This record gives sequence, C-alpha cells and structure tokens, in this order.
Amino acid sequence: MEGSEAIAEAMVAAGCRFFAGYPMTPFTEILEQMAKQLPPVGGVCMNAESELEAVGMAWGAAATGTPAATGSTGQGLSLMQESIAELAMARLPLVVLNMARAQGDYWQATRGGGHGDYRTPVLAPMDVPEAVELTQRAFHWAATWRNPVLVFGDYYLAHTSQSVDVQPIDFGPAPDVSWALDGSSGGSGRAKLVSPLGTQKQRDDVGYDLSEHYLACAAATHAMLKGIEPMAEVALCDDADVVVVAYGTPGRYIRAAVKALRERGVKAGYVRPITLLPFPTEAVARAAEGAKVVAVYENNQGQMVDDVRLAVLGRTPVSFIGGLSLDTSGFGIAPDLDVTILGDRIAGALS
Amino acid sequence: MTDVPVRFVPTDKAPTRAARMVDDFTPALIEVGEHHLCPGCGEPIAMRSVLEVIAELDVVQRSIAVFGIGCYTAFSNNLDLEVCQALHGRAPSVATGIKRAKPNTVVVTVQGDGDMVNEGLQEVLHTAARGESVTCIMLNNGVFGETGGHLTATTVLGQRTKNTLDGRDAEQHGYPILISNLIAQLEGAAYVARGAVNTAGNVSRTKRMITRAFETQLERRGFSFVEILTMCPTGWFIETEEAPAYLDDNLAAVHVGGVLKDW
Ligand SMILES: Cc1ncc(C[n+]2csc(CCOP(=O)(O)OP(=O)(O)O)c2C)c(N)n1
Ligand code: SF4
Ligand SMILES: [Mg+2]
Repeated sequence: MEGSEAIAEAMVAAGCRFFAGYPMTPFTEILEQMAKQLPPVGGVCMNAESELEAVGMAWGAAATGTPAATGSTGQGLSLMQESIAELAMARLPLVVLNMARAQGDYWQATRGGGHGDYRTPVLAPMDVPEAVELTQRAFHWAATWRNPVLVFGDYYLAHTSQSVDVQPIDFGPAPDVSWALDGSSGGSGRAKLVSPLGTQKQRDDVGYDLSEHYLACAAATHAMLKGIEPMAEVALCDDADVVVVAYGTPGRYIRAAVKALRERGVKAGYVRPITLLPFPTEAVARAAEGAKVVAVYENNQGQMVDDVRLAVLGRTPVSFIGGLSLDTSGFGIAPDLDVTILGDRIAGALS
Repeated sequence: MTDVPVRFVPTDKAPTRAARMVDDFTPALIEVGEHHLCPGCGEPIAMRSVLEVIAELDVVQRSIAVFGIGCYTAFSNNLDLEVCQALHGRAPSVATGIKRAKPNTVVVTVQGDGDMVNEGLQEVLHTAARGESVTCIMLNNGVFGETGGHLTATTVLGQRTKNTLDGRDAEQHGYPILISNLIAQLEGAAYVARGAVNTAGNVSRTKRMITRAFETQLERRGFSFVEILTMCPTGWFIETEEAPAYLDDNLAAVHVGGVLKDW
C-alpha cells in the first residue's frame, strides 16, 4: 500500500473523524484518501478553499472534541502557522501532517513557524510501517496533551509502497474531553469557552486575564515536554568511531550506509531521532561518548545539526555531511540518497 | 427581576434626582461582568438582540457562538452560551468545522467589518457559497473600532478615519465593499439582510432579521447572514449623541438597509 493510503488508514484507525485540506504535492494523496475513507465511517472530509480555511475548519471540529487533522506541504504549512500557534494556546488537540519536500522545514516544524511561546511535538517516520504507528501515536498525544502534534513526512513516504497491515493501536484509556463544545452547557451559568485568550468565563469584572492564561499554557507545555519520552533508534554506537545522526527517509538510507561501512571494517553507528521535538538529546549525547566524530546528515543546509551540537555540548566534534540534494522538481527526490555516496561522506568525516 | 413597573418620562430637562435603577435589563444570557465597550457603542445592542433571539427560539443548549477579533470580542467571555474564539477573520471556517462535526448544533458567528470584509473576506464568501448551515452576524461600523478608528473595506467615501484624515478618497483608497450585496448573489446564501441599531425601530426590525436568519439555519435552508450597522462614536471621532444620526447620514446612505434575500 502507498504511504498516503496507509497514513489515511492509520488516521481512521486512530479515530480521526474530521479532515480538511487543500491539494499540494506530496500531501494531495492523503487528502484524496481521506475523502474516500472518512464518509463510510461517518466522518467528514472538507475540500477547504485554502490552507487557512483548512486549519480553521479543523480548529472548529477539534473544539467539539472530534478527533481532527489537517496537513499540507511547505507553503501550505506556512499559511497555517498563525492557527497552529493559537491552537496550542486554545489547548486544542489537532494532528497536522507535514508532507515536506526535502528537509528544509526542520526549523519550521521544531521551532514552530508561528508566533508565541508554544511547542508542538514532532514525529518523523522513516517509512510506511513506522508512519502507521506514529500517526496513531500523534492522535493519542494530541488528545492527551491538548496540543497540536506534527507528523513530519516527505515525498518518499507519501509515494513509497510497502506492505502494511493497519491495526488500531491501544494507547490506554481515552483522554478526557469534558472541555469540548456541543452547546449543552449554555444557560447553565457555567457555559464552556474554548479560546486562545483564556479558558474561563468572566466571573468578576476583569475580562480576560492573559497573564494567568499564558502561565497556565506554559505549565501545560512544560508538563507535555516532561511527559513525552523522546524517541530514537540507536544502533552500533557502543564502539563507534563515527556516529551518524539522520531522521526521516535519509535516516533509512543512513542505516544501510552504516551497515555497509561496518562490513568494510569502519566503526560506524547511528542515531535516528524519531521525535524531533522533544529531541532525543540524551540518546545523542550517550551515543557520542567515545566517538571521534558525530556526523549529521540532513537534506538541507544544516538545521538539526544545531540540536545535535546542543546535545553533544562540544564534547565531540560535530561534522555536517548533508546538504541540499534535489532533482529538478524540487520535491526532494535526492540524488545523494545513495548508500555509496553516503558511506563515503561518513567515512570522510573520520579523516 | 423585580415587580416595579417601568415608567418612561419624556423630558428635555436634566432630572432633579440622580438616576436610580428600576430594573435589571441585562439579557438573561449575559453573565456577571462588564463588557467595557464605549458609551453609545452599537455593538452591545446588536449583541443583546442576538442573545434574545437565541433565548426566544429556545436553542440556548444547542448554540455555539464563534467570535472574531474586534471590540465585540469583549462578549466572548461573559456570555452564558458556549463560545469558540476564532482568530481575526477566521470565524466562518471555524464555524464550518463545528457545524459539520456536530450537525445538531446551532452555530452563529460574530465578526466586525474589519474582521470579515478585510482580513477574512474569502472565508465568508466561500462559507456562503457552500451553503453552510450557519448564521453569520457582521457588526458594521465602517472602522476598525478596536485599533482606534482606522479605514476598513466598508468605510464610506468621504468618511474620516485615523488613516484617511481627509476622508476616504476613491482614487487613493478605492471604494467600499457592500458585503451583503455580494453575498446575496451567491447561490448558497438563503437569507441575507442588512439592519441597524441606531433607532428603536431599526433595533426591532433587525431583531426580526436575526430571528429569520436563525430560522433559516434551523430549517437547513442554507447560509444565513445579517449585517448590522452599529454606532462607533469613538472611532468616528464624534460626540456620543451624534452617532445615531451620523450612522443614517453616512454608513446607511451607502450600505442601504433591508432584506436582500429570503427563501
Ligand atoms: C492577524 C491580525 N491582524 C491584526 C489584528 C489587530 N486587530 C485586532 S481587532 C482589529 C480590527 C477590528 O475591526 P472590526 O472587525 O471592524 O471590529 P470593531 O473593533 O470595529 O468592532 C484589528 C486590525 C489581529 N488581531 N490579528
Ligand atoms: S471603539 Fe467603537 S466599536 Fe469599539 S467599543 Fe468604542 S464605540 Fe464600540
Ligand atoms: Mg468595525
């Protein structure tokens, strides 16, 4: 099954019943799949008139406690940033699929492209089976922490066919949705409010207390970041001279390149961050202990390399072995994703 | 409510005794707390009418109000109604998400002219074109009241604002958008009307429009829209008591009142 179809199936399996989007490659196929898959299970898929409206519609559905998602690519994600930032302040769960082109949007995904002091957890699958698991996990985290959660995929993920069996994953009891709107608390004297400005109706004469609200949001963000265990795949690092760090599709190629180097006797290992936020800082730091160099591969000019440097804190040299690698379409089909080319770069970092 | 009868005494003289409260006219759906809007502002009157209609139609426990960002946002946290606060310009798509996810709710948006016709024009047009079963209320005072009286897309020619000190000039600033007329042309719009709250007669006519708009939604006839011309003495830089007449002479002369479309 193609990645897009599998991700759509995973969303439905996770309970997603509202999706809104606007076509853009390589996100388009997910929208097509949701339009096909949601109506039979009683869900709604909206062909929004822009990404601004897509995220707005998903905002409304999320406010009713309906598991909701939206997504896009590059430009579309940029358009959505105002809402994603404020959804975090409104404490609303939403899953956002970022089917990126290449890896130039790491900073946007992990630093938040929007305004304000918020964070969105980011999950970066390397292949279709992992995407099926992480997409479902994203819904669970969004609901648990009442915060937008990003799934950061790419062109390869959307278009690669792999055999997968999508089964719902049980993450435990469903989180509380007593905050959600359905109209019924109207007239009770305790009518509910879902707002990025505050979560409590005025009881005295002060209007919104933004200080109180932002402090409460900060506490919720803190709890979320403490509550989410960073995820990473770590292999062959114990005796490694060179530890490579890469995520997403390139991470998959790096695994193969490292294994090929081991066969040639080069002591290489790798860390593949699965959560980009929270970043697996400890896993990277531990893997780097005893290594001669940490090599970072990303298909961009070097963004995640900052997080790796922060993890290593100068104890091991960090060498950037990535760089932009595109075909003429610019979609992120990278000529550099080749086991020999990557192997040479990794070995080169040692010399 | 007390049983004290209300007596209105027409007079052109200042009262000899200080005013005293004879009754509490706060609509039932307003919670404790002040809205802090300016004296003479038309928005609280429009808001009151919307709340009265929701109560009269007995849909309080099914209603969700979606607010834009403007002076009227002050009401978003003191209503005894469920409220979803949207971003500036984005209320119609948020309302769409709510209504599609929970089709049995009654969904009403409250936006200003700056919010709807400037920042979010395409949202309301598409929502109307889709025939979305929601009611959009637009409070049109021809200015960004909340930022201090700046030009909006509905400001009439000649009107002085903080960024058109010599009055809106077509050559420099273009022409006002008559939003109700625009929406009325769309197939998905079932009910479109333009009212005002500057006189008692206009208030009661506008309330009938709001009622009809909600009925449109309850009967699932399509999109319903009421534009309400409201006074903004502060943003118009005039005395409070001049505002109702100013509204008639300026705003209402261009944004002409009436029912533009009914099913
Ligand atoms: C994206 C964005 N841009 C600008 C603002 C600043 N802003 C807040 S209210 C407002 C104008 C509101 O005007 P209107 O909708 O006419 O409401 P009024 O205050 O007149 O009732 C503006 C520009 C904002 N909140 N968000
Ligand atoms: S500035 Fe205008 S719209 Fe805002 S509260 Fe004052 S009178 Fe009302
Ligand atoms: Mg205005």
